Amino acid sequence: MSATTSIRMDHLTRVEGHGRVDIRICEGRVEHCQWQVVEAPRFFEAMLRGRKWYEVAHVASRICGICSIGHTLASLKATEAAMGIKVSEQVVNLRKLLLHAENIQSHILHLGYLVLPDLFKVPSVIPLASTHTQQVLLAIRIHRLGNEMSTLLGGRTTHPQSAVVGGFARWPTPSDLSNLRSRLEAALSEGIALAQFIGEHSANVPAFQRETEYIALADPHEYAFYDGRIGSTEAGTFGVDEYRQVCNEYCVPQSTAKYTRHRRDSYMVGALARLNLNYPHLGPNARNVAAMFGLRPISHSPFMNNAAQMVELVHCVEDSIQRIDELLKNGVKPEKASFAVSAGRATGCVEVPRGILFHEYEYNPSGECVWANCVIPTNQNHANIQKDMEALVDQFKDRPADEIEFMVEMLVRAYDPCISCSTH
Amino acid sequence: MGKPTVAFFDFAGCEGDQLQVINLEEDLLHVLEMVEIVSFREAMKGHADTYDIAFVEGSVTRRSDEARLKEIRQHAKILVAFGSCATLGGINLLKNFQEPENVRRFVYGEHFFQYETYSARPLKAVVAVDAEIHGCPVSRREFKAVLTSLLLGKKPDVPNYPVCVECKMAENVCVFDQGMTCMGPVTRAGCEACCVTAGSFCWGCRGLVDDPNADAQREILSRNGLSLPDILKRFRLYMGFSEVSK
Repeated sequence: MSATTSIRMDHLTRVEGHGRVDIRICEGRVEHCQWQVVEAPRFFEAMLRGRKWYEVAHVASRICGICSIGHTLASLKATEAAMGIKVSEQVVNLRKLLLHAENIQSHILHLGYLVLPDLFKVPSVIPLASTHTQQVLLAIRIHRLGNEMSTLLGGRTTHPQSAVVGGFARWPTPSDLSNLRSRLEAALSEGIALAQFIGEHSANVPAFQRETEYIALADPHEYAFYDGRIGSTEAGTFGVDEYRQVCNEYCVPQSTAKYTRHRRDSYMVGALARLNLNYPHLGPNARNVAAMFGLRPISHSPFMNNAAQMVELVHCVEDSIQRIDELLKNGVKPEKASFAVSAGRATGCVEVPRGILFHEYEYNPSGECVWANCVIPTNQNHANIQKDMEALVDQFKDRPADEIEFMVEMLVRAYDPCISCSTH
Repeated sequence: MGKPTVAFFDFAGCEGDQLQVINLEEDLLHVLEMVEIVSFREAMKGHADTYDIAFVEGSVTRRSDEARLKEIRQHAKILVAFGSCATLGGINLLKNFQEPENVRRFVYGEHFFQYETYSARPLKAVVAVDAEIHGCPVSRREFKAVLTSLLLGKKPDVPNYPVCVECKMAENVCVFDQGMTCMGPVTRAGCEACCVTAGSFCWGCRGLVDDPNADAQREILSRNGLSLPDILKRFRLYMGFSEVSK
């Protein structure tokens, strides 16, 4: 092996957005190891200024194509909190279903199309469509279900239109919901089958862990996606409106996305953080899948984020079935929200596929947004990706360059980063 | 002769348009029978230096990104602007109407000077574009139709009538009759009025038809309670680039 190993990846593939890796190992010592974010900033917080209360979620949704439902809901919650608008229980239930739809769609996209090729060392899912046709078709079926569920509840797969300030502009019918329910029943066994397949082919996942802080919404009654307090594995819980004390955003020269830190130099958000904080509230099938992967809180392996996504996918399916039963029992009654537009300032928070998301807005008395701040899951993960990369490269520095490169790619991919979203 | 090669690239945007290609679900396997995808960073490792068709998502927001786009142009036989950010400048245009330094300072504070940016613009402001697929995001049906046309060597058929036509076909109640306002009367169709069908109104994401009746649109918006600044803002949500330059 040569004395100096240089690894440079200009555009890391099978991730959302533009990220770069620069590593130099010299005489058995890691001299340089950097995760860089080169995505073009779009300045969303500035662009939200001047938009009316009913346009803000539409603009904010465009932060991310993959988690547009989550951005829409965080945005609506911020606007509603700022104006003191209360939504009904059925609205909350339907929004939780809508978030599940996005989680199903996004997690299966990551696991089935972006992670699976690594397990078979192929460049993309395309060759797998010939070698593992049944499993690829299974992933596509679950992906389609996530998308059709989004369309049913949100009006579209991407950039939803039916979720609006105060509730919904269009409501699903009972027969829509019972059809969806039977599709979800089928997806439950399909999801478990896919989990088994992934578990059986995870031999080349590096044995690596590093202690860090995990932050996610936490709720005493359920696996928190839509409501709760900010939970930390190391520092208790905080109110959503205290998010700035938790995130502490700062700028670094190697990234157009801001970094964050809390108790340590970095923390992690996403499926693994949620599972570490919400494990007791997993559904029975999801818990079996967690056992299949040997996943129990607190897991400190970033690679286990993939397993946590698989667990959550099953949890979202089984929780959706329960929620639909509740909605069908009580009946969905289309309602027209009535509220007064007013001045105010508040924070909205939801869990999106890649982690905890905050939108904070200030409105003037005519309902125009005058100030905005958005803290994105992947921008909270960048510092942790950097720290993990340093530790991973140091642990495996004696391996050949292509092996290190492969492990680093897998590491970044395990975070399922949404890079353009993190820069926004 | 091998299959025609296709590549996907992106600039400033949310990658929601490329996501629609993945959202073709089982149909994507049929697309792959017709073409070979040689570059698609979001979904595959590896990259080819030449390709028959390049689909390019996102708008250009930094001078330093122009070189990469020009290179793609050089290597592509056909370049397709893919989605509203690429065809119109899209939602990114909203920052063009604010003072540039204020925009950067508002987001990055005292570190603002580290973050390069200029007025957001569509691809055609930087390179020649052969075809456009509008929409935020693009419609999967339209993507397949345009790809099929290009593979057959035909010019893609882009609707040049307003969203209202498709909205009537979808049997929606007119948005104006529901007490809301809508950009449908001047916006290029092709979306099957999906936003109105979902309970919302048309935001204008596909840009103006070739010869829009903008005066009548201003009048109807004003008659339905929008002030002149609000009307301007509504037009600027997606269509602000024509105001700046062509």
